[in-house]
Amino acid sequence: MGENRAILTGVHFWDGDYACAEGAIAAGCRFFAGYPITPSTEIAERIAQRFPLVGGTFIQMEDELASMAAVLGAAWAGTKAMTVTSGPGFSLMQENIGLGAMTETPCVVVDVQRGGPSTGLPTLTGQQDMMQARWGSHGDYEIIALSPSSPQECFDLTITCFDLSEKYRVPVLFMMDECVGHMTERVVVPEAERVKPVSRRWYRGPKNAYRPFKPDPDGVPPMVRAGQDYRIHITGLTHDERGYPVINAECQHWCVTRLVNKIRDNAEKIVMLDEYQVEDAEVLVVAYGISARVAFRAIEEARSRGIRAGMLRLITVWPFPERRVRELAAQVKAMVMPEINLGQVYLELERVVAGRCRTRHVPHCGGWVHDPKDIFEAIMECTR
Amino acid sequence: MIEQIEHHPLDELLRVDRIPHIWCSTCGLGIVLNSFLTAVRESGISRQDIAVVSGIGCTGRAAGYVNLDSFHTTHGRALPFATGLKLGNPKLKVVVISGDGDLVAIGGNHLIHSARRNMDLTVICVNNFNYAMTGGQFGPTTPPGAKLTTAPFGSYEHPFNLPFLVDSCGATYVARWTVLHVRQMTDAFREALEHPGFSFVEVISPCPTVYGRRNQLGSGLDIVKYYREKSVVRNDIDTRECEIELGGTIVVGRFVRKRKPTYLEKMNEYLRQSVGEAFVPYSGPVDDAGD
Amino acid sequence: MKLWRKPLDAEEKKPPRGEVHILIERCKGCGFCITFCPKQVLESSTDFNRKGYHPPIVKYPERCVNCGLCTIICGEFAIWTTPAEEPADGGK
Repeated sequence: MGENRAILTGVHFWDGDYACAEGAIAAGCRFFAGYPITPSTEIAERIAQRFPLVGGTFIQMEDELASMAAVLGAAWAGTKAMTVTSGPGFSLMQENIGLGAMTETPCVVVDVQRGGPSTGLPTLTGQQDMMQARWGSHGDYEIIALSPSSPQECFDLTITCFDLSEKYRVPVLFMMDECVGHMTERVVVPEAERVKPVSRRWYRGPKNAYRPFKPDPDGVPPMVRAGQDYRIHITGLTHDERGYPVINAECQHWCVTRLVNKIRDNAEKIVMLDEYQVEDAEVLVVAYGISARVAFRAIEEARSRGIRAGMLRLITVWPFPERRVRELAAQVKAMVMPEINLGQVYLELERVVAGRCRTRHVPHCGGWVHDPKDIFEAIMECTR
Repeated sequence: MIEQIEHHPLDELLRVDRIPHIWCSTCGLGIVLNSFLTAVRESGISRQDIAVVSGIGCTGRAAGYVNLDSFHTTHGRALPFATGLKLGNPKLKVVVISGDGDLVAIGGNHLIHSARRNMDLTVICVNNFNYAMTGGQFGPTTPPGAKLTTAPFGSYEHPFNLPFLVDSCGATYVARWTVLHVRQMTDAFREALEHPGFSFVEVISPCPTVYGRRNQLGSGLDIVKYYREKSVVRNDIDTRECEIELGGTIVVGRFVRKRKPTYLEKMNEYLRQSVGEAFVPYSGPVDDAGD
Repeated sequence: MKLWRKPLDAEEKKPPRGEVHILIERCKGCGFCITFCPKQVLESSTDFNRKGYHPPIVKYPERCVNCGLCTIICGEFAIWTTPAEEPADGGK
């Protein structure tokens, strides 16, 4: 019938979508709600096949609005929950990603990006949802978004996404792209006992002292689930520690600054970077996802010509690694950022670098990855 | 003779620190809440096993007043949120209390699909024929001719007949009462709570402040007196005959009550058969919850 | 044709008696309890509560049969009935 172990220890030849599904199962995700959309559908298909064998509940909802809402409901029932989608569906999910941020609901949303806007390029790649990941829902909030560059990372980082969502009680966005999703490579799944997913931040204090939004010292409140007789009230309205709506400026200030600061203040602990030949770099390529893979070729080419090029690969795109980028901006002559959009995360790079070094964007509209030559030329241009 | 006793018999099921609620004088929503909590008490379902989910709007505030696990979600999404909550912990009795605009307009897609799946949920849909929270705009249930701020000359759209809508989509318990029918409404809520599958109770409720005022219907008390004159109990009637016209008869009663495998029953049975011994049913929320 | 008869045990069985309780400050003066009380036990007070509404007062306490309609039709959770003992004088 199929493999019934939750963690498929061994060496596999998987595409990024399958690896992501397996990463979710390994992380302890046992609820999935989704709606089919290219190029993320294979994740849903894999989950539909595997969940009945590992004790998970899969439901195909009527749309992405419903999928995201169901994920939040399941999270409050006490389970680890996930949905997957692509651009058009990601737009629809923003409404309840906002509710998730406001109600501090741990969950994972996977966006296998394709070219946009609108229906755009259903089967071809893009990295055009990066700013939507950051600002997609209305109002002020901070979010965590990761971006994988390989099927192996699709497995590993999906687990990380769940861990971060539980630690910080926030929806975590996994910003894959069509290339990584459909790229088939070697994926190593470790022994089950080596996978140690973070469990929920359960409240352990006396029952009558529980306040749903009273934070621990790190800014994140512990959680209970429905059915434990805590009689919690959870609302998308601005709320106080008890979770009760309070519609005034004071409470708004308390509520929203905490949502934002619990991520900002912990950014150093959240940020994950992959640095390659950075020590002596004069030109640094800053990239994420599939674009980072393509940029390696350009960096090698530059090195072969004696240009000291390096790479800062953003594994977490949001929160943006401000401290490290500032440090490196003081060290290098220039930063080159290829991404498959016409300037999204680059805007953040420019803002953070703030003139400390030269910055150069290498745009691409989507549909295909960069030609490494374009990145190489950008590197060369920055050395002149 | 009037004795001031601190505790109303339903106070234990109310967030008394949030009373008075925001609903206007002579609004029917407080009656629906009262009736629902009475049904909860009568049903004998343990308080910790019930969760209430609401959407947005006047009725959406209901979740904020029940002393139960309660979720005030986004506009229209109460049903899918409730679906996740129920599937995430099948032991819970999940009740959606929301308005006609929330459940039928912006949430209409979720309503028809929840009914189609015979999802294990109880839905209380309070129908006041308009969007009241935003000041009285016409909605999917507004009877033709009724005047509202976005239908200043009267609404000319065809409205939904809610019992027929959910019946045709597969709901297995369908009833409609007005807030005047407090006893039947309470019985319907209790039956709906006990019913396996998708149960739907429409409650016709007065909105004195906007719908009533714009249409010169008087206070909520006058509107409820109209219910007394114009409502007709017709149990088990064909739901196609339940349409509501402005100033016309309101057919009330229990229209549908039938047994059909619920979503959870169907899912588990089907997978048990087709997957066979390898099938591992979902075992509920993770047990490291510290309880 | 007489469609009903006097119950045979009408002398032994007494209708139940109830006592009305009102939380004046919760009342929003909708008048549902006063209007729909099947025994017309209540009437509107001429006094205001703190919210500025006229709460009900019990005008005919002896009429209350503890049916509980006011309890459930009150949207403010401000009124309810409890069973009352038969007064020593039989309510006369």
